[in-house]
Amino acid sequence: MTEPSTAGAVHPDPAIELIGISKRFGQVQANDDVSLSVRAGAVHGIIGENGAGKSTLVSILSGHYQADSGTIRLFGEEVKLASSADAIRLGIGMVHQHFMLVPNFTVIENLMLMTAKAPFLTASRKEVLSRLAEIGEKYGLTVDPQRVVETLPVGLQQRVEIIKALLAGGRILILDEPTGVLTPDETDRLFESLAVLKARGVTILLITHKLREIMAVTDDVSVMRRGRMVAGRRTADTDRQELAELMVGRTVTMVTNETARPAGPPVLTASGLSLTDAAGVARLSDVSFTLHAGEIVGVAGVAGNGQSELLNILAGLDVPTAGQFTVAGRTVSAAAPADPRAMRRLGVAHVPEDRRREGLVLPFAMSENSVLGYLDEARGRRPWLLETRRMRARCQSLMDRFDVRPANPRLAASGFSGGNQQKLVIAREHGAGPAVLLVGQPTRGVDIGAIEFIHRELLALRDAGCAILLVSVELDEILALSDRVIGMNGGRIVGTLAAAEADRRRVGLLMAGIGGTAEIAAGAQELSA
Amino acid sequence: MSGPLPRWADVLVIPLINVALAFLVAGGVVALIGENPLAALRVMIEGAFVYPGSLGYTLYYATNFVFTGLAVAVAFHARLFNIGGEGQAAIGGLGVMAVCLTLDPYLPGVLVIPLAILGAALFGGAWAFLPGFLQATRGSHVVITTIMFNFIAAGILVWLLTGPLIRPGQSTPQTRNIAPDATIPTVHEIARALGFEASSSPLNLSILLAAAAAFGVWVLIWRTPFGFRLRTLGESEPAARYAGVPVPSMVVATMVISGALAGLMATNAVLGAQEKLVNNFTAGFGFTGIAVALMGRAHPVGIVMASLLFGALYQGGTELSFAYSTLDRNMVLVLQGLIILFSGALAHMLDGPLSRLFAPRRRLPSTP
Repeated sequence: MTEPSTAGAVHPDPAIELIGISKRFGQVQANDDVSLSVRAGAVHGIIGENGAGKSTLVSILSGHYQADSGTIRLFGEEVKLASSADAIRLGIGMVHQHFMLVPNFTVIENLMLMTAKAPFLTASRKEVLSRLAEIGEKYGLTVDPQRVVETLPVGLQQRVEIIKALLAGGRILILDEPTGVLTPDETDRLFESLAVLKARGVTILLITHKLREIMAVTDDVSVMRRGRMVAGRRTADTDRQELAELMVGRTVTMVTNETARPAGPPVLTASGLSLTDAAGVARLSDVSFTLHAGEIVGVAGVAGNGQSELLNILAGLDVPTAGQFTVAGRTVSAAAPADPRAMRRLGVAHVPEDRRREGLVLPFAMSENSVLGYLDEARGRRPWLLETRRMRARCQSLMDRFDVRPANPRLAASGFSGGNQQKLVIAREHGAGPAVLLVGQPTRGVDIGAIEFIHRELLALRDAGCAILLVSVELDEILALSDRVIGMNGGRIVGTLAAAEADRRRVGLLMAGIGGTAEIAAGAQELSA
Repeated sequence: MSGPLPRWADVLVIPLINVALAFLVAGGVVALIGENPLAALRVMIEGAFVYPGSLGYTLYYATNFVFTGLAVAVAFHARLFNIGGEGQAAIGGLGVMAVCLTLDPYLPGVLVIPLAILGAALFGGAWAFLPGFLQATRGSHVVITTIMFNFIAAGILVWLLTGPLIRPGQSTPQTRNIAPDATIPTVHEIARALGFEASSSPLNLSILLAAAAAFGVWVLIWRTPFGFRLRTLGESEPAARYAGVPVPSMVVATMVISGALAGLMATNAVLGAQEKLVNNFTAGFGFTGIAVALMGRAHPVGIVMASLLFGALYQGGTELSFAYSTLDRNMVLVLQGLIILFSGALAHMLDGPLSRLFAPRRRLPSTP
C-alpha cells in the first residue's frame, strides 16, 4: 500500500475513476453505464434525487455491492473491490448516513472494532490511541476517546465516524448525506473539517441532495438521474438553478410563500403542553402557541427535539402529561384525552412524519390506503360492508387530482415512488377538508418534481383558510413556506419569528437553543463579526 | 428485486409445488423403508377417496381442519399467532355440552342445536379472550399464553369428564349421549332417509357450517371495516394507531373471533359425530390447523383446499397401517411434517425463481 499523499502533493492520476459501471437489481437498473472521474485532493459532489442511483454507486465503491460490469481505478491502478475489506485496505473510508457505531461503547472501543487484530485488547487499545493522536494532530479532528458514544452530540458522533473512516488509510473519504442530522452550526463545523482534510490531501466524495451544500463545499459536481450520470461540472461554473434542472431533467421553479397574508381567527390554541415519557425524560416542556386560520406555522428544529411529540399530541396519538390544547371548541388534556378518530372528527388532519410506517400500509392497495383513518367515507348503504367500488372511484379522483402516478387504485402502495406515496397521503388528508392540517416532513425522500407540487398544494390549502402546522428538518422548506417560524430545542419553544425576520442564521440560532429577540440579535452580531 | 407474485400463483401454484416436493421426499423415505412409494400412494388415495365411507371420513376430518385453520388465519391477519386452537376447541366442546346437557331434556332439537353451536363459539371465544386481553393490556405474548391455555383446557376437560360430567354408572371419562334429535344429522342418515345407498361415516351437516364460516371469514377480513382495521393492525401497528384503530380492543376482538372459530370445531366433532363429549376429542386438529392456515396462506379458499388435503392424508394414513406392516399413520405424520416444512418454513423458497418466471409476462401490460 502506498503512503497517503501528503499535504500539497497532488497525485497526477484521478483518485477515483469509474468506467462504464452498471448494476441491476431484478428489473431495476440502478446504475447504467456510469462513468466518473474524481480529481485527487478535490471535494467532489454527487447530486441526484432519491433513487437516482447515488447510493448504489457509492456502495459499489465501498465494496458493499459488486458492479455487473465496468472498471474501477484508484490513483491510476485498476482494482477489484470484492468486499468492504478490500475497500478499507485500499484506503477508502465511508461515512454512512445512519451512523454505524455501537451506541453504548466508548469512542475508543468503536474504533477498535475496525482495527483490533491482536489477540488481546491492550495492544490494540494502545495502537488506536496513538493513531487517534496522529489524526487529531494532522486533521484537527479531536474527540475524547473515553466518552460513551451515545452521550456525544450528533456532530461529534459523526466526527467519530469520520475518524473511523480515516483509520482505514485516509486516502479517500466518502460521505453519504452527512448533514441530514446536523444543525446548521454543526454543518458549518463539518464543512470546516472537510476543508482541513482536503488541505491535507484527502480526496472527498460528498453524496447529497442539497444543492446549497454542493455550492458551498465542492470543487466539482456530478449529477445523476435515473441511474445515469447526466452531467459533470466545475462547481464554480454552475449554479443551483442549473443543477436542479439537471437533476430533474426539466425546468424547476422553486415554490416560495410570497404572499404575506393577514392571519385569520385562531383555530388551535395550545398552552403548556408537556410530555414526559415512561423513562421520566421530558420530551416536550411547556409548549404554548396559537395557530390561526390561513397561516402556515413552521416548526424548525433538529430531529428529536420534541417536534414529533408535538405532532403526535395534536393528532391524538399521544396524551400530554400536562397542559392542554383547544380545537373546534374541544379542549384536550390528560384528563380529557382524544384519540386520532376524535381529532379527525374535529377537523384535524395529519400527514405523519413516517409515511411508510404510519401514513400508509405498504402492502395495501392505494384504494385501501386512500381511506386509512377515514373508513366511514368508504361505507355506503350497508355500513357493515366496505364499498370497494366506491373506494376505488374516490381513490381514482384523488389520484387524478394530485397527479399520483401510476393512477391505478388497485396497485399496492409499496410499488409507488416516495413522491407519489406522499402525494396520496396529502390527497387523502386534503380530501377530508380539514380546518387544521398537521404536516410532518412532507418532502422527506421525495423527488424535486413532487416537492414542488406538494409545496404548491400546501400553500393553496392555506390560501383556502386551513391552518397548517409544518414540521420539517429541512430548513429551506420551513423558510420557503412558513408565515411564522417556531424554533424548538430540547422539547421547548425557543422563540418565534415572523416570516420577514426569519432567515437561516436566526432560525439556526433558535434550533441551537439560543432564543429571545435580544439573544438572537446578539448571536447574529457575533456571527457576522 | 423481482416484484411480488400474482395472487393466484401465491395461493395456488406455490402450495401445489410445495406439496409435490413434500410427497417426493416422503416417497424417498418410503423407498428407504423398502416399500414401493407409488403403491403406498395408491393405497392412501384409495383409502381417502375410493373405499366405501372413506370420502365421508376425509370430508369429516377436512371440516375440523377448516374450523381450526380459519381460527389461525383470522388471528394471523392481525399478526397474532393463536396456537391455542386445540384448547379453544376443547372448551368449545364444553360449550356444546353445557347447552345440550341442560336443555335437551326440555327443548326440541331444532332449538337445542343452534344454541349448542352458539355455545361452542362462545366458550371457544371466551377461552381466547383471556390471552387476547393479556396481550392487549400487559403485552403477554399470545404464543406463550395460548399454548399454556391448551394445557389448562385439557386439565379442565379431564377433571370434568372424570368427575362432574361423567356419565353415571361407568368409568370411561365421557358424558352421557346427547338426545338423538339434538345432534346434527349425519350425511349418511340423510342419504338413507332419501332412499340412497350410503356407507356410514361421521360426515355431518357441520360441513355446511364450515363452508359458511369460510365465506364469512372472507367477507369479514376483506369486505368489512372491521376486517380493514384488523389487516391494518396486522401490517403495521403504527399505521393502525395513526388511523385511529383502538389497538387493544382490536387485539381482544380478533382473539375472541379466532377462538370462536376454533370452538366451532366441536359442533362437527361433538354435536355431529360423537354425540357426546369424550376426553381428548380434539386429537391434535387444533394444532394441525396451524399447518392448514400456513399452507392455505391464511386465505379461506386456500384453507378449504389445504383442509381437504390434510383430511385426505389423515384418512389415507389410516389405510396405510391396514395395508402394510412396515408403514402406518406415522408415515402420514412424516408427510405432514414435510408439508409444514415446505409450505411453512420454506414457503418462500420458490418465490424468487417463480416470480422471475412470471416477471416478463406481467411486465408487458404495465409498460407504456
